[in-house]
Amino acid sequence: MRLFGYKLTWLAQIGLLIVALNVFVALFAPWIAPFDQATPVGEPWADPDWRHWLGLDNLGRDLLSRLIYGARLTIGLALVITALSFAIGIVTGFLAAVAGGWVDQALSRLVDLLLSMPTLIFAFVVLSVLGTAIPVLIVTIAVLDSTKVFRLARSVAMGLVNLEFVEAARLRGEGWWWIITREILPNSIPPLTAEFGLRFCFTFLFVASLSFLGLGVQPPDADWGSMVRDYRDMIDYGSIAPIYPAGAIALLTIGVNFVVDWMLSVHSRGQGEGA
Amino acid sequence: MNAPATDPQLKDPIVLDVRAMRIQVRTDRGDGPVLVDDVSLQLKRGEVIGLIGESGAGKSTIGLASMGYTRRDCFIVGGEILFDGADVRKMSADERRRLRGPRISYIAQSAAASFNPAMTLMDQVCEAAIRHGVLTPEAARAEAVSLFRQLDLPDPEHIGERYPHQVSGGQLQRAMAAMAMVARPDIVVFDEPTTALDVTTQVECLAAFRKLVREHGAAALYITHDLAVVAQIADRIMVLRRGKMVEFGDSRQILQDPKEEYTRRLVSERVAGHAFVDSSAAASPPILSIENVSANYPGKPNVISNVSMEVRKGDTVAVVGESGSGKSTLARVVTGLLPRSEGDVKFNGVSLPPRLAQRQRDMLRRVQMIYQMPDVALNPQHTLLETIGRPVEFYFGRSKAEVRERVLELLRQMELPEAFISRKTSELSGGQKQRVSIARALAAEPELIICDEVTSALDQLVGEEILRLLKKLQDDLGVAYLFITHDLSTVKRIANKVAVMLKGKVVAYGPTQEIFAPPYHPYTELLLSAVPEMRPEWLDEALARRNARAVV
Repeated sequence: MRLFGYKLTWLAQIGLLIVALNVFVALFAPWIAPFDQATPVGEPWADPDWRHWLGLDNLGRDLLSRLIYGARLTIGLALVITALSFAIGIVTGFLAAVAGGWVDQALSRLVDLLLSMPTLIFAFVVLSVLGTAIPVLIVTIAVLDSTKVFRLARSVAMGLVNLEFVEAARLRGEGWWWIITREILPNSIPPLTAEFGLRFCFTFLFVASLSFLGLGVQPPDADWGSMVRDYRDMIDYGSIAPIYPAGAIALLTIGVNFVVDWMLSVHSRGQGEGA
Repeated sequence: MNAPATDPQLKDPIVLDVRAMRIQVRTDRGDGPVLVDDVSLQLKRGEVIGLIGESGAGKSTIGLASMGYTRRDCFIVGGEILFDGADVRKMSADERRRLRGPRISYIAQSAAASFNPAMTLMDQVCEAAIRHGVLTPEAARAEAVSLFRQLDLPDPEHIGERYPHQVSGGQLQRAMAAMAMVARPDIVVFDEPTTALDVTTQVECLAAFRKLVREHGAAALYITHDLAVVAQIADRIMVLRRGKMVEFGDSRQILQDPKEEYTRRLVSERVAGHAFVDSSAAASPPILSIENVSANYPGKPNVISNVSMEVRKGDTVAVVGESGSGKSTLARVVTGLLPRSEGDVKFNGVSLPPRLAQRQRDMLRRVQMIYQMPDVALNPQHTLLETIGRPVEFYFGRSKAEVRERVLELLRQMELPEAFISRKTSELSGGQKQRVSIARALAAEPELIICDEVTSALDQLVGEEILRLLKKLQDDLGVAYLFITHDLSTVKRIANKVAVMLKGKVVAYGPTQEIFAPPYHPYTELLLSAVPEMRPEWLDEALARRNARAVV
């Protein structure tokens, strides 16, 4: 099996399968899910049967349906947050590297400032003040996360700005937007892609932990993190209900990383000198 | 200790026997190109074979394969490599590892990139011999010191205590030779060991290598693209092209009586050269005048001080000097990448602002630059249309169709196929990339092009074509060149004016015929005498001249 002309390793095939399955489920959740995510359909903690394959939850809602709807919210949120944090981090990071001087100093120190506070506590404070609406959640986490992207983007770009093709663009008189988008970005895709895969998983877990603490996704919407929180007490009673959302988080994380690893190995392959 | 374990007479005189070796690239995407095709050679003990060819000829691949090593995705797919009678290909990884270091060793092109910056020279020089248990640590150190002495390194007793960044490039290259020799290997593979060095340093290293090989009786493969260098050291020369053997024979025969057309072209290139220079340009007003310019990096002493020169329409002014002489810094000052601290740079009589950011777009257009390394001078992700078309669009604001038309015209002018327009620059060869760099510079329709070592990363014949192209463009368009180089043979042929730089100052400046004719400035003479010639006797003569001068 091949993708973009490169042979897929079997790990990459598994990863791709997992990701595709998750995306499919997230996209078509309303058509796939047998029940509504928010409506109780039976006794709380009813055992699995042929209608409710995974059983019912603490309020008597169908667990499988919540897991399916949860995929939509969890993956969607993580994707939007990661994309936004990359947009912010890449533009500022590249700008710092290209402009240098006081621009670099100002941006770097600002990032240091943000990094000096524990992310979770910081998010906690911001969300307590501004409320837990989804857009607030997205922007807050994206900004906090973009500090890490900034550091990577800046260091990658630092290695590129001194190369002669960037110097040639500067000698031509190109502005910083051209240099960032046309000269540096196309040449820093591999490390950024790898980081995207990792960050995606981290964001995912971060949203989950915020939800777990009650500051993330609010009920009755389902997301995997809040599901783990809601069902965690049931472990004491021998129920495996919290394992399903936790397992879903783990599975998608592994799948994404398989794909990212494969992309990295394809990109890092040297061209060889042939001399 | 120093005596060989057994009498060499009793052993097979052939230490390395390569038979019909074939090396091919194999990746996930299937079989790639054949890098080495049907190459055979027999290396006798104490013999030096020179492998010569352009990049991509398979020289390094052969050198590495003789140690049973290939680069990633390359595989030895055919033939035999017999090391002292045993086939390297059939050995286990462990057996091969035992071979490398004690029996066969390797000297890489860039010593600076090959040494671990966090370990002292001595530790690295002795490491292989100690790890393999060939020598005790004390014996290895004693051997290393004696090698340092033979290699004419300063302070041989203590230089081993230094770290790689504390010695010069030429010294590091010699330390690497010591590393290769310390375990007394049967074969040493020299992979372009002097290519990254200045001419004057190259002479010292060549002399040291030759002494080492002769005194220790080791056999050697000497890989280089420079025939004049290999002439000084090799007994036999193999000429390679595109992975195939072109000619193999005695050094003198190859140099004086080459049988094959390709060899003949290589040899005649070095011997004759073609003079491109016509008379000095007419006394038109100067395009560029550099007046008493000094510049430094913040908080550092001056890199260039009090430099003056002029470039007129149709001129080629060469700036020569060793690395560190400030010639590239001069280019950075002219382009405004490094603001000058004193003096003035005038373009068509108008003073240029010191900083790039203060210059107007039209000023930037008139001065273009071509770089040394075409691999990094072009954005590997851009197509030729984007690369060459951008200046046309940027400076002249033409429409898409006009840009495309202009790019096609430039490609024709560069003698590149028009179909290349949609290719990415990373898909081209070194020479083709350099042509694209020139096209990009010309697209801006400049009056002055700064050429920073434009041929030194290219193979001889390819570099020659680039020079010819530059000359043709100058005749057609009247563009002036500021030509930065360390290669004096190039300068003599293409420049009508020369500025010789030493430690940031211009020590000699004037028309080429005058600078390169007696009476020389002493530094010019030193540079000239260090350019290798294609005679095996040249190295001895050069060393003799140097000693004579030292005595005086």
